[in-house]
Amino acid sequence: MTRVPAIALLFATLLLFWLFLNGSLAGDVLVVGIVAALFIAILFRGGRSILSGFHFTPRTIFAALGYLVFFLAELIKSNLHIARVVLTPSLPITPAIVKVRTRLQSPMGRLLLANSITLTPGTLTVEIDGEWLYIHWVNAEATDIDAATAQIVAGFEKYLEVMYG
Amino acid sequence: MTIPGIIGGLFLVLGAAFLLLAGLGLVRMPDLFNRIQAGTKATTLGTLLTLAGAACLRPEWTLKLLLIGLFILLTNPISSQVLARAAHRTGAAKSEKTTVDRLVDDTEERP
Repeated sequence: MTRVPAIALLFATLLLFWLFLNGSLAGDVLVVGIVAALFIAILFRGGRSILSGFHFTPRTIFAALGYLVFFLAELIKSNLHIARVVLTPSLPITPAIVKVRTRLQSPMGRLLLANSITLTPGTLTVEIDGEWLYIHWVNAEATDIDAATAQIVAGFEKYLEVMYG
Repeated sequence: MTIPGIIGGLFLVLGAAFLLLAGLGLVRMPDLFNRIQAGTKATTLGTLLTLAGAACLRPEWTLKLLLIGLFILLTNPISSQVLARAAHRTGAAKSEKTTVDRLVDDTEERP
């Protein structure tokens, strides 16, 4: 089963958040959580959840874990990069706004891609227009579309394509 | 001093150091876009490390802190992106060092 109904996903996400917030599996907490999550899920059944469009197969779950590891590594690299730039007296920056293209089709995949780009070394998503993303780059290494796409997008797209593809 | 206490303290100090760098970045960077860059990244990791430190010191808070971290990871970049977009649309000044701006090129081509 790869396609889970949106309403079930929303219900599961809400219930999970509720349980995390309470940090307990006591009967009354669980019952209130289930009733509230069900109620909200029915009211907002058209809404998106972080799992909308996510196909549950071992391969995608594996890709999600790979994505998480890659993302955290990039986040740390990104911080060291900014730290180095900020602490260098001459402030070595060559900013540019470059245009890149994504192959991702699902809205959630694109959102995660834009978010990930913002948190990775020296790049900030400024505008999204369909498959085009405009990225502010502190140390632009390439300004043409293909080279910039290969540098900025390719790393994350590999994982997100499997997860939301 | 217990082992989790020491690790938690180290996380807290490291988190605070990144937050300090974010503040320094806000002062030193030449224009709004570069400031957002410095602000977003360092505050995200800084806050996450602070949360990790708190989780080491108070293990019973771990699940809640994990949830806070998740929300920060999802919302921090979105707010930065929206700020940057609004700034670009209203024509915020860019640093003289800026080499290319494809977004301006493309919006001018459209009617």
